[in-house]
Amino acid sequence: MKIKSLKARQDSLAQTEKQLEILSGGIFKDGSLPTFKEKVKSSNLPPVRPTALEILQINVGYMCNQVCSHCHVDAGPDRKEIMTHETMEQILTVLQNNTIKTVDLTGGAPEMHPEFRWFVEEIRKTKVEEIIVRSNLTIILANKKYHDLPEFFAKHKVHVISSLPFYKRGKTDKQRGDGVFDSSIKALQMLNKVGFGIAEGSLELDLVYNPSGAFLPGDQKALELDFKKALKEDFDIEFNQLFSITNLPISRFLDYLIASENYEEYMYSLVEAFNPMAVENVMCTNTISVSWEGFLFDCDFNQMLDLKVDASTTHISEFSTEALSDRNIRLSQHCYGCTAGAGSSCQGSIA
Amino acid sequence: MKKSYYQPEDLKKFGKINEWNEVLGSKFFDYYNSVFEEGSLSAREKSLIALAVSHVIQCPYCIDSYTKDGLQRGIEKEEMMEAVHVGAAIKAGAALVHGVQMMSRHDQLSM
Repeated sequence: MKIKSLKARQDSLAQTEKQLEILSGGIFKDGSLPTFKEKVKSSNLPPVRPTALEILQINVGYMCNQVCSHCHVDAGPDRKEIMTHETMEQILTVLQNNTIKTVDLTGGAPEMHPEFRWFVEEIRKTKVEEIIVRSNLTIILANKKYHDLPEFFAKHKVHVISSLPFYKRGKTDKQRGDGVFDSSIKALQMLNKVGFGIAEGSLELDLVYNPSGAFLPGDQKALELDFKKALKEDFDIEFNQLFSITNLPISRFLDYLIASENYEEYMYSLVEAFNPMAVENVMCTNTISVSWEGFLFDCDFNQMLDLKVDASTTHISEFSTEALSDRNIRLSQHCYGCTAGAGSSCQGSIA
Repeated sequence: MKKSYYQPEDLKKFGKINEWNEVLGSKFFDYYNSVFEEGSLSAREKSLIALAVSHVIQCPYCIDSYTKDGLQRGIEKEEMMEAVHVGAAIKAGAALVHGVQMMSRHDQLSM
């Protein structure tokens, strides 16, 4: 059975206040576990503060052809929020007037935005060195109009980062929906064919692994070896790197944790795996996340919790690196997800 | 007092063993951690051995730990079940092989 977004189900967890209430209540309120802020302090670490801005992560909308059970965006076909042309123009102005190395396009399925291709072409005309597109792979096969996306990505030297929860069908389809595995495999073969992911090639294709359940990802390097071996042997697929990403306890994954009675144990696992070394490199230190409405956030997760940047400017139309560099990063207990074990970011492990 | 000998939350408190004897506790945890490092056997193989042994010694804490450890390492449920059967087969074999002792004793005592 296809699931719907929390929003379409009118689930109380679609309300960000409700999620934040859960993350600050229970085991964190009664002192069983320290809050993230307390943990950072008791580990003798300085408060989490921004360093130089390197990445602008842009969420162009929550529309998606898939409804993944763990999705922190609560994306799906029933979500209609998309970025306006005006906001895209404002972003392009920011990219023109500032030195930002990387643009990281995400969604939903960013390719579903009607102006996606125009936006990528315009970003290429700015000073930005790297354009990342977070592609769910299946979009490439979802409709004829997307079939040439691999060629489009190649033409504009897009760095493709794609989710593939596992190198076998069962776990992938359970998390992402029936048929997702077969489509993903076909899409990966199409990307390989135009030169993505070939070891010595210049077109980058990285995969993202995230656990399909209430457990933390294992060692990124070991998983990468398993993925490379299996995908090569079974499907003749190559890729560059595997990023293992921890599922953060927000949105649909939080809903799953609570419904399956895994929430407390999962939070204990995250707190126990707290790695002070990872705190220094959390992605909110060098990233700003932009929402489809143009608001600014410390990361995509804070965007989904509607925790706007704690700065004098909170919208792309009034973007100022000075104002943003002098801000405190907004923290809650979901932040433990980025500091567990080898740490986690949109670029995988960080410690 | 708790009504059951086993409490799931006790697993989280395992480290507290050190509070009453840090010298011996630390030696144990150092040894334990070293055993599970990559070696001639991979950490993945060791995890499956640990899972099989956990079943043979019927330790609920160990079963919880090494099922989760296996998931984190990308070990699949089919592999986990085969490991459990290896443990179960050895345990069954260990019981059954005593049948030879029974047969000898039987024959010895019988006319």
